[in-house]
Order: sequence, then C-alpha cells, then structure tokens
Amino acid sequence: MAEITYLEAIREALFEEMERDRNVFCMGQDIGAFGGAFKVTEGLLARFGEQRVIDSPISEIALVGAAAGAAHMGLRPVVEMQFIDFIANAYDMLTNYVATARYRAFLPCPMVVRGPSGGYVRGGPFHSQNPEAGFLHTPGLKIVYPSTAADAKGLMKAAVRDDDCVLFFEHKYLYRRVKDVMPDGDHVVPIGQARVAREGSDVSIVTYASTVWKALEAADLLAAESISVEVIDLRSLAPMDDEAIFRTVKKTNRLLIVHEDTRTGGMAGEITARVNETCFEWLDAPVLRVTAADIPLPYAPALEDYVLPQTADIVRAVRRLTAY
Amino acid sequence: MAKSRPGRVMPVSGARPSDALSRAQKLELYYWMKLTRQLEERLVNLYRQTKVVGGLFRSLGQEADAVGSCFALEQRDVMSPLIRNLGAMLVKGATPVEVLKQYMAKADSPTRGRELNIHFGDIGEAGVTRGFLGQISPLGDMVPVMTGVTMSFKMRGEDRVGLVYVGDGATSTGAFHEGINFAAVQKCPLVVVVENNGYAYSTPTHKQSAAKFFVDKAIGYGVLGLQADGNDVLATYDVTKTAVDHARAGHGVALVELITYRRKGHAEHDNQSYVPAGEIEQWAAENDPIDRYAQVLRSDLGVSGSEIAAIDARILREIDEATDLAELSGTPDVREALVGVYAEPPSEQPLWFRRDAEADAYGQERPESWGTWNADGAKR
Repeated sequence: MAEITYLEAIREALFEEMERDRNVFCMGQDIGAFGGAFKVTEGLLARFGEQRVIDSPISEIALVGAAAGAAHMGLRPVVEMQFIDFIANAYDMLTNYVATARYRAFLPCPMVVRGPSGGYVRGGPFHSQNPEAGFLHTPGLKIVYPSTAADAKGLMKAAVRDDDCVLFFEHKYLYRRVKDVMPDGDHVVPIGQARVAREGSDVSIVTYASTVWKALEAADLLAAESISVEVIDLRSLAPMDDEAIFRTVKKTNRLLIVHEDTRTGGMAGEITARVNETCFEWLDAPVLRVTAADIPLPYAPALEDYVLPQTADIVRAVRRLTAY
Repeated sequence: MAKSRPGRVMPVSGARPSDALSRAQKLELYYWMKLTRQLEERLVNLYRQTKVVGGLFRSLGQEADAVGSCFALEQRDVMSPLIRNLGAMLVKGATPVEVLKQYMAKADSPTRGRELNIHFGDIGEAGVTRGFLGQISPLGDMVPVMTGVTMSFKMRGEDRVGLVYVGDGATSTGAFHEGINFAAVQKCPLVVVVENNGYAYSTPTHKQSAAKFFVDKAIGYGVLGLQADGNDVLATYDVTKTAVDHARAGHGVALVELITYRRKGHAEHDNQSYVPAGEIEQWAAENDPIDRYAQVLRSDLGVSGSEIAAIDARILREIDEATDLAELSGTPDVREALVGVYAEPPSEQPLWFRRDAEADAYGQERPESWGTWNADGAKR
C-alpha cells in the first residue's frame, strides 16, 4: 500500500469517521468549498454535503459553542481552527463551558477541535503557536498532538469516537513532510498511550509532535558518541501516559524533556513535577528541558530558528546529562 | 401587542396569539408567575437562615417576561434560561423542590451539589426530557450553545425550536454576537430573548450600549426583531409565540426584546445604592407584572378574588411541602467530588496526601537508595 502524508492521514480519518457515523460533521472557516486553508478537509463537501461540512463565519466562540450544543444533542462535531493560534478566542467556551459540562451538568460533549499548529514554517507570531499547555491546566479537556502520519489517523479516529472534548493539535510542518503506510483495517490509536519512538539505555527524551523528529535526529548523532538515547513520543498530553514516562526514567535514570512550545508553564514543567514526585530516587541527574525561548515567535528565519529548539540543542543537553 | 422596530416587517396582524389561550391556560400564567415570586420569597427566608449556602438571585418584577415567553414553547422545544428566568424553568418543568435542593447544595439536587442556584437543566431525547439547558456564569455563552442545539434540530429535520435568554448586559459579549450571527446565517430555529431590565449588576443600560433599543440589533443580523412590554405577560407571550412560529416555520432566527425592570439587586447581597431614589418604588407601585395580570384576569376573564386566593393558597402549600422535602435531604458524600470529569476515566484518584500518605510518599523509593545505580541494580 502506498504511503500517505500526515495531512492525508487526518483527511482519511475524517472521511472514514463521517462514513461510519452520520452524527459526525465538520464546521470551520473555508473548510467546505475551499477545502480548508491547508486542504485537510478537501473533498468532504462533495462527499457529504453542506449539512455536514459547514462553512462558518469567522467566529471561534460560536464554532466551539455550537459544537457543544450539537454534541449535547447526540451529534459529534469536528471543528477546525483555521490556525490553532485562534483557539485563544474560544478559550472561555472551551474552559468554562465545554470542559465543565459533564461534571457540572452531566452533559455529554463529544467533540473535536482541531487545527494546524506549530512553527518552523516562517509563520510569524500568529500562525506558529503551540497553545497546548494553556489547556492542559483545565480538567475536562483531552489533548493529543501526533508526530507520525499513522498516529495522526489513529488518534483522529479515537478523538472523533471519544465521549469527551478532544483538542487535536496538528503540526503543520509535518503535514506534508512525514508519511506512513496506514495500518490495515480500522486503525484507532487509544488516547492516553505514549509510544517508544526509539529504544535506548543511557538517557530518556520525552517529547511530542515536531520535536520527536528532532530528538530522533539527535539520538542518531549521539549514537555515534556511544550514547544510547530512548525517545518517548507522548502522543497524548491529556491524559498523559505517566507510566510510560516513569518506566523510561527508571530505565535510564536521566531525563530530558523537549518541546517546541515556550518554556515557562509548558508541558515540561508538569512532566518534571510528576517525575520528581514519583521517580526522584531513580534520577541520577536533574531533569533538563529543551524548549523554545519565552518569546513570541518571530518571522525571520534566523530569528525563528534561534528561538525554537533545534537538534543541536538536544545533543548538547543529552551530553550534559550523561556528564553529570 | 408586538411593536416592530423600523426596518422590520410586522409579522402579525389581527388576532393576538394569546387570544387562542384558554381560560385555564390564562390562569396557569398567573400560577407560574406567582409560584416564581413565592418560591423566591421562600428562598430569601432560607438564605437568611444560612440554609442557602451561596448567593441568591431574584427575578422580582420580571416574572411576566420569563413565564409569558417560555409559555410559547412546546414540550419538545429546548430553552436555555438566564439567572432571572426561574419562571421560565418552572414552566418548562423544573420543580420547586429541585430549585430548593439546588440552592441548598443537597446531595440529591439536580447537580448533586456541583453547581449553584438555578444552574441546572434537563435535555436529551425529545418528548422524554423537559427541555431546558443549564446556564453557565459567563454571559452570552449560551447563545452559541443554543445555535448548536438548534443546528442539530435542523440537521435532523426535527420539528423543534430553541429559545435562549440573555440580559441587556450579555448583548455586549462576543459570544452573543457570534452566536446569533452564526445561527442567522445557518437559519437555525432559534429565538433569542433579550430581557432588558435596566441594569447589568450595577451598570445601567445606557452604559452597556449606545443602541436605543436592543431589538434594533436584529436589523444588523438580518433577523426578525420584535419588542414587547415585558411586564405584560400576554404581550410577552404574543411576541414570543410569533417568534417561535417564525423559527418553527423555517424562517430562522428571531430576536425578541422584552422591556422590564429589575427590582432587586444583582444578587441578594447587592444594596442597589446605584439606583436613583424612587425608581424601584415606582415600578413596584405602578408596574408590577403580577398585580397587572391579576387586574386583567378580574376585568377581562371575570376571575374572582376567591379564585385567585385559592391559587395563592395552593402555591404556598406546594412550596411548604417542597421545603420540607428539600430540608430532609443530606449533603453530598465527598467521594462524589472526584467522579465524572470525563466519561473515561470515570473518576479521578484522590491525591496522595488524601490517601495513605506513608505508602505513597515513600513506597516508590529506589531500593538501593540514592546514587548511581543501574536499573538492574548494578553499580555504575
């Protein structure tokens, strides 16, 4: 079977889920006739019609709120943020309304909010963000952020079928750069399970999304120095696969956390705290972080590359851990 | 009857929708309004006895707008109330005992002690549930949510209408704007009722909006706009019924402005120091919706004083019974606090310091103690 891209994998998942369940429908800006800013939803309108592929006004609050209302009534909406940066507009609706609905009112909210995320694409401050940590803080939301095409498909199918709201972050740098042959059959990747992207014994790197690939690149370089690096791809950020993190820490006793998002208040801080509480005695070195600097992402290539984590940064951090 | 604002076509001529209401239905309107008022009075007593554990929100003087508008809905329709729509909730089937338990944070309250006051609902399969959706505190948010609810009606070809209440204050939110606009372009069967009661907390309407009337916003959204005296329960019913019929016929969104007056503060703690002297008293004396309607019942329907007194007595009896029942209920079990944030996992684990602290804090210690040991126990 032919390989398909990360972007095509997401589209395939949406097609299959809409075919499988007539309650699934899509809403977003320019997703119908135009097929979406990145063409993720291309072909959906022709196949499923305007009732199930809804071109919306520029209204992130209304998109998320309407999705919640439709979800209460038994539908399974998939909402596209044209760029995930704009999810900030819907922060109230997601955190105050959607995330609390089941707990406060026993209201089901099976819905997906998805969108192109991340940098390395010269997108500037408003087309490059990674706002996942801003939602990690809110109980009631699930967050996934795949790095491979196969996981993109499998996690999207799981997200559509999940009975709670799933924020589905898609890395736009990876959209057309990574490919997989899709596993046969109904390929569903359970939410909440990390993946060992590379086995190793000296240092663990816990990461997700774009920086999985940077970590793997770093691991190759470090192998030449006889440093064996294990790379864990979290895939799901909420719920987080604590056991997979603790397992790798107990195996290698050294932990580096890498993410593309900014540093302060990011995922890495939370992971560090969990490891500290549970695996302190197993650590042979302090937990280190390689992240973006705490800077709005600049446009110029040299500036963007300087702010975002690069493979060389990961190599340097791993060396520091092994030398500790 | 309905006043249409400039730019909108008056949709109704001739008979008022309320003309079709039976005598029993007209007495029912009185019952719901008076029940609302008396139930709130009972809540005030319980609040002063500290049995209401949180804030208390009154709709004194606004009972007609809530009751008359909701009375225009069918059982299969879905209504989303705001904080001064206890009357609408009662019409839609919420019971006094539920309201009392909810305010008193009882274990068997509609939200099992998780949410406050009248923040509760009952929606789902048409014909099975009562069809009202619990609000949240951020204002305007229920408009987009009801856009989605009514979008589902349209997508499934169901003969159902949605009605969402907002106050004058909520019209200033982005959620209100985005929600009504999205519903308008999608032609969702949604009625948006703006209760203009003069104040949003302490902020008077003229500081909320430079628009003279909120119904004028209907033109901008390209939807039907209707306005009525919110203290006239029949007029309120008339405009809302017209709006509901419009939505049900597939013509899309209607915006209804009901002009009323909030005689109590934002909540029970609010001393209303910002209200001009005499304003509240004047509305109470000259424009009380229940007094006005009782007068209509007497003069137009020949309802006797003793008939009204009998309804009043029945209401008090019902509220007494509900209060006794609600007081019997217990407080929630703390173990319930961690249940049901997600469908899966169904419950959160207690934090370690709420479990066996000894076992959790020290049980996972690396057996070889601190130091440079491999996972297999060999010294590095």
